[in-house]
Amino acid sequence: MSDQFQGIEPMIYQSKINVPYSWWAGDTASKFYIKLRDEKKIMGTKCAACNKVFLPPRKVCPSCFTENTEWVNLSNEGTVLSFTVARRQFAAIPPNKKVPVIWGLIKLDGADTALLHYLDEVTPENVKIGMRVKAVFSDARKGTIRDISHFKPVK
Amino acid sequence: MDRAAIIGVGMTKIEKRKVGQTFADMAWEAVNKALGDAGMTIDDIDNVVTTSSDFWDGRTISCMAVGDASGAAHKNISCVEGDGTYGAFYGMTRVLSGSYKTTLVTGHTKGSESVSSLITNSAFDPIYERSLGMDMVTACAMQAQSFMHRTKTTSEQMAMVSVKNHDNAFKNPLSQLPLRITVQDVLQSEMIADPLHKLDCSPVSDGCAAVIIAHESVATKFKQQPVWVKGVSFCAGSFFFGDRDLSHARSLTEAAKKAYAMAGIKNPKKEIDVAELYDAFTYQELMWLEEMGLADDATAGKLLEKGEFNIDGRLPVNASGGLLSGHPVIAAGLYSMGAVVRQIRGDAGGFQVKKAKTGLVHGVNGLGGQSHCVFILGKDK
Repeated sequence: MSDQFQGIEPMIYQSKINVPYSWWAGDTASKFYIKLRDEKKIMGTKCAACNKVFLPPRKVCPSCFTENTEWVNLSNEGTVLSFTVARRQFAAIPPNKKVPVIWGLIKLDGADTALLHYLDEVTPENVKIGMRVKAVFSDARKGTIRDISHFKPVK
Repeated sequence: MDRAAIIGVGMTKIEKRKVGQTFADMAWEAVNKALGDAGMTIDDIDNVVTTSSDFWDGRTISCMAVGDASGAAHKNISCVEGDGTYGAFYGMTRVLSGSYKTTLVTGHTKGSESVSSLITNSAFDPIYERSLGMDMVTACAMQAQSFMHRTKTTSEQMAMVSVKNHDNAFKNPLSQLPLRITVQDVLQSEMIADPLHKLDCSPVSDGCAAVIIAHESVATKFKQQPVWVKGVSFCAGSFFFGDRDLSHARSLTEAAKKAYAMAGIKNPKKEIDVAELYDAFTYQELMWLEEMGLADDATAGKLLEKGEFNIDGRLPVNASGGLLSGHPVIAAGLYSMGAVVRQIRGDAGGFQVKKAKTGLVHGVNGLGGQSHCVFILGKDK
């Protein structure tokens, strides 16, 4: 910086971007969430070309660039592929979740891809890659990913 | 194909908080340093590419905030959102298109002025994932867990990356965080998100970097020795985390293969002399080395223990101190590029390595390395 600015107190300008959005979920996610909300069922979409089953469900197969036209019922149980435990209350963590918060990447039986979600009813020390877990559904379901409350270990 | 060269680099010091400097002030400093380094004036620049993120800057069309300070008036200016290496890729394609001869590429970020957790959380799919509250740190922690599980890489080996890079930073005056630390210091630092301790993570940083890329027809017209782009590629993997095997980075393997082929490199382990990789977290340096074929699968930790990636080792990695010692997010790849360019020119100062004929620059965009950009730079055309 030039000398002429020496000794000038730097000012801070506080601001915020606050823009509400109303996204259509699309017909694929809508179907998934309606099944989840009304029937506590987890469904994936299947690619007719490579036979892969995708969760979260989506309309286009990322490998084949073809439309996924088939729906498949998935098990509520699956395997933990990876996980982490937040020890700091990061700003992105929802206010109703207190650390330690555990997230897992869960491959449900019948799916070829894994779902991100919470692991709970288990201590961080007891979470292991490869452990079997089961979906616990929320009592009040509103058609969001949190209609699944969390996954817990299969006893 | 026509060739392109990097003929000037300029970088601000990376700092925790650049009090008193706006985005434009940082760009002004970096751009003037790059012009001085190249021996050019702003009139010698015929187009500008800025690299920035609207979310990090807190404004839309964030490139326009630094246009004036980058000398873009009455020139074609365009913005790339992502790592600086992607901006450099675009800048290079512009000079190779025949429409331009000299591109000024800048990248700026001030991590200190916003909340990174909220910004990186917004990279998750809003319909299926975002409300779960993950961010870049927790996403990468999950990837680290997966990489450690598959390769048996240890926390001690990851800590050694931190020890090495923070120590290298003492040799680089632009670096934010030189530290003399031990493996124990890393392991005893706060656990942020398992398995990442505080000292496994890069700091929050402010900084701006600029590079000037020229078409071969003008690359030797100015005072600076050109550093040639020998090969370059970028590839992206699946957006959804659960679609990828997180313990691998197939898109990086692919990008590196393509860049090596373009550069005529057959044995990267022998032919790459120096590398600056995206080490936002310790495990990444080891993982990316393996995925790029610079170390065999599941061996990078052991090679690190032997000192192979030290500044005087077989393949010096992040001799500048890397991002662990200062990480202005979007500018990061341009800082890495600046460091390798200086290595090849032989003017890297304190962190100069002995042999630097061919260097590798690596940038990342997306959660847990969804996409990767690899540049191979060389002394000879």
